[in-house]
Formats: sequence, structure tokens, C-alpha cells
Amino acid sequence: MSIPVLALERVRKAFGSEVVLEDISITVPEHTATVFIGASGSGKSTLLRCINLLEQIDDGTIKLDGADITDPSVDPDEVRRKLGMVFQSFNLFPHMSVVENIILAPMRVHSKSRDEAIAEALELLDRFGLREKAEQYPDRLSGGQQQRVAIIRSLAVKPRLLLLDEITSALDPVLVNEVLSTVRDLKEHGMTMLLATHEMGFAKEVADEVCFLEHGRILEWGKPEEILENPKKPQTKEFLKRVHEAGRL
Amino acid sequence: MSQEVGRGSDHTSDSAPYSFGGQWSPSAIELERRLARKARSRKNALVATLSSILVLGTLAAIVVTSPGWKSLSDTFFKWAYGFEVLPKIILGFGANVFLTVIAATSVGIFGLILALVRTSRSPAITPFRILATIYVDIFRGIPMLLIILLVGFGIPALRLQGVTNNVFILGICAVIITYSAYVAEVIRSGILTVHPSQRAAARSLGLSNFQTLRYVVLPQALRRVTPPLLNDLVSLIKDTGLVSILGVTDAIRAAQIASSRSFNYTPYVMAAGIFLLVTIPLTRYTDRTLRKSIERQNAQGLA
Repeated sequence: MSIPVLALERVRKAFGSEVVLEDISITVPEHTATVFIGASGSGKSTLLRCINLLEQIDDGTIKLDGADITDPSVDPDEVRRKLGMVFQSFNLFPHMSVVENIILAPMRVHSKSRDEAIAEALELLDRFGLREKAEQYPDRLSGGQQQRVAIIRSLAVKPRLLLLDEITSALDPVLVNEVLSTVRDLKEHGMTMLLATHEMGFAKEVADEVCFLEHGRILEWGKPEEILENPKKPQTKEFLKRVHEAGRL
Repeated sequence: MSQEVGRGSDHTSDSAPYSFGGQWSPSAIELERRLARKARSRKNALVATLSSILVLGTLAAIVVTSPGWKSLSDTFFKWAYGFEVLPKIILGFGANVFLTVIAATSVGIFGLILALVRTSRSPAITPFRILATIYVDIFRGIPMLLIILLVGFGIPALRLQGVTNNVFILGICAVIITYSAYVAEVIRSGILTVHPSQRAAARSLGLSNFQTLRYVVLPQALRRVTPPLLNDLVSLIKDTGLVSILGVTDAIRAAQIASSRSFNYTPYVMAAGIFLLVTIPLTRYTDRTLRKSIERQNAQGLA
């Protein structure tokens, strides 16, 4: 078996005395999507931020393509160049137009020429139906469009792995779908992804593996149909029941 | 978190802007409302005019009919004399403008460096961060007049070799020293208002700390603090007048010379008028920038 894109081994993270991640071990093979589900505060976002080295873990190891990225001698900027991250709150740069948002990293981090970066950005915008928004500023776009631009921005650096942190949670229900279909498209093109989401229907559809987190621990991990339809642990059942009651399944 | 769109013309959806067929003409009830509104606004305008005339007119009458008005107008508003000395005051004001241009440029650079040092978290910067904090605390806490006196008279007293005795240069230095501390704090507050999620987004794209600052944080920070910086510029223009105490012939000093020759204070009034000619438009402009910047921030909603 080839080396997985991402491998976490016994990862632990605490903020002060509060343990937010405990004994997290997962592997993510290439071209697969792993979806984290769990209540707010279960550690999903923190886990993604740890993988991105935006947070420092307290124990365990994280390997990207077999290389330990938690080694202190590793340059976090180097690691982040291989990862894309999309946030719940979009975090587009408000002082830059859509296309400027997208070409910033290719130009400054990957030393592409402006023309080359723009050509690639426009190609991506074309692919996701946002070409005519290229010159607009983020505050002129709907939430769904902003989030799609954020996804494109993270794709522009051709990441090995995409981290999607509750990317539909700040959106109007009617705008969720356009963002999800973008992710669907990425999945079809073989992008390796890690998602934290509350959209169970979408998780079932796009996930190769589903991970249920509670209080910073992995309670269940497996195929989506196993976890989402026949959960073994009472906590998972309880969580899914509550999600179902909230009308999100 | 509230998501405000602000202006009604913002159509952010994919669909075409709303259209109501284009055949609309106001209904009878709307026409009636418009008439009522127009009548009310006419009444408001009338009340505003009348009350302004009444209040301002009374004030003017009180001043002009007061027993001291004759001597007051002779002392402060002797226009013939004022215009006679005006060229000298304008020439002096040239010094204020020159001081402002040089000081504003240097303060911008030096203040920015101080702000960056103070907001940096790099361990190598630590000693500089401490020094910058002390610097800002000290020079924000001393009246500028004192600093001008200390620099303008103190430094020549040291008789250091190679250090200028030119009061003009020393005056500029004193102004730069003080204003850099003010401006550094304004810029620093701007840097701190940029939401951490912006930094996280930039870092997650692989941008280095410096690149994040240069391309993401600073542009947003500076845009936000433009109005307070313009305010500081207005203050700076006025405060360049303080170097007249060192003997620099600026507008104030020129007015002082003219006034002491005739024991008439009209030259001071002329100098005040010249300052106002520059500062009032700048203040109006600052207000407009501030209003726009607030509108922009409201329009962004989710920041």
C-alpha cells in the first residue's frame, strides 16, 4: 500500500488544562475524502488547524506524505504550501478583488509571474462559473460566491490536501448547495480532502470515511453507511438523532 | 453575526437585479405622501432659516453694540494693516508648509517602523520592542513645546561636533520625534483591529509572517486608520507653528514681528486665517473619508 497523504498518530491538543483532542489516530489515503462529524466543540476545527500547523499539538505526530510535519525543525510555511484550507467565515481579503485574492499566494509564495497566475486563476473561475466576478470585491458577492472563491483561492496553489472547516455553516440554506456542488466537483477530480461538517446528507454522499468526534476523541471511524446508518456507539446514535431532529439529515 | 448589505443597490445574487416590469408609475397614495413630505420639508427649512437668523443676528448685535467693540475691532481687525503685512506672513507660512511636508513624510516612515516593531512577536525584535514602547510612552507623555525647547536649545548647548545648530532642522527633528510616537500608536491600533482570521487565512496559503503583514494586514490596517491619520496631519500643520519659539520665521513668527512693530494684533488674525484656509478643507476631507470608511465597514458586515 502506498504512503497515505496524511497520517495522524496519537495526536493530543490541550488549551491550558482543557484537553480538546486526545489520542487521535487516522490515515487519509490519496484521492479520498474523510469527513469529521460531531457536536460544536468536539474538536473538529481544532484538528484541522493542528494539521495546518496553525495550532501546535501537545503530543503525537502528524505525517504529510510520510514526512513528520510536527518536527520542530520543519518550516511551517513549507508545510502550509502543500495544504489548502477553507474557513467557515470565508476569510477573503476584503481589500483585494476576487482575482487578486486568488493570485496572491501563487505569485508571492510560488513565485509565478502575474500573467501566469492570472491565467490560471481565470481558468479556475471559469471552471466554477465565477469568471464574471473576477474583478469584483468580496463585499459584492453573496456568501456562497465568497466561499467558492475561497475554495478556488486554496486550490490555486495546487495543494496535496484540502482542509475544509465547516465551510457551509455561515451560509444561508439556499446558498449551501452551490458550495457543496463545488466540493463534489473536487472530489470527482480526485482531490484528497478532510472536511468538518454538519451536513450529514452531504457527508454520506462525498465521504469515503466518516469520523465521529466527541470531546476530542474519535468514537467511531468507518465507511459512511456504517457510521451514519448503523452506528454502534450510543453517543453516535444520540448525536445523529439530534441532528435528524434538527432537520439536517 | 449580522450580515448587512447596507446600500439597497447591492445585488449579490446570481440572478439579474430585481425588475418590476419598468411600467411603474406612482400611485395616488404615494403622490399624496410625496406632497405631504415636500410640505413638511419646506416648513423645516423655513424654521431652520428663521432660527439661524434670530440666533446669529442676536449674537452679532450683542458683539457689535458692546462698549468694547470699537477698540476690539481696531486692535484685531485693522484690515488695511493686515493686508500690508500679509505677504510676509504668507512667506512665513511657506516655512510651515515645508516643515509639514518634511515632517509628515518622516513621521509616516518612522511611525510605521515603530508600530511594526511594537506589534511584532519575533523574539529577535524583543529589545527593540521594549525600546519602542518606552519611546512611545515618553514622547506621547511630554508636551511638544517642551520637546522643541529641549531639542532646539539643549542640543546646541552640547556643542557636539558635526551636529547642527540650525534651529530649523532642530525644530523639524523635535516635531518628528513627537509625532512619530502619536502616529505609531494610531497605526498600531489599526494593525490590532485586523481580525486574526485574516492572518490565519494568509498563513494557511503559505505566506510568511512578513508577507502576511505586507499584503494582508497592513493594507487593511492603514485603510482603517486613514481618518485618524488625517486628523494628526491637521494637528501637525498647526503644531509646526510651535517651532517659531526657536526663532524660525514661520507664519506665527512673521505675525509676531509685524504685530510687535505696531502694537496691533491684526497680523495674528491674518495668520490664523491662513492656517484655516488649509486646515478647514483638510478637516472636511477627513470627515468624508471617515464617513466612507464607516460605510465600507458596515457594508462588509461579516468581518
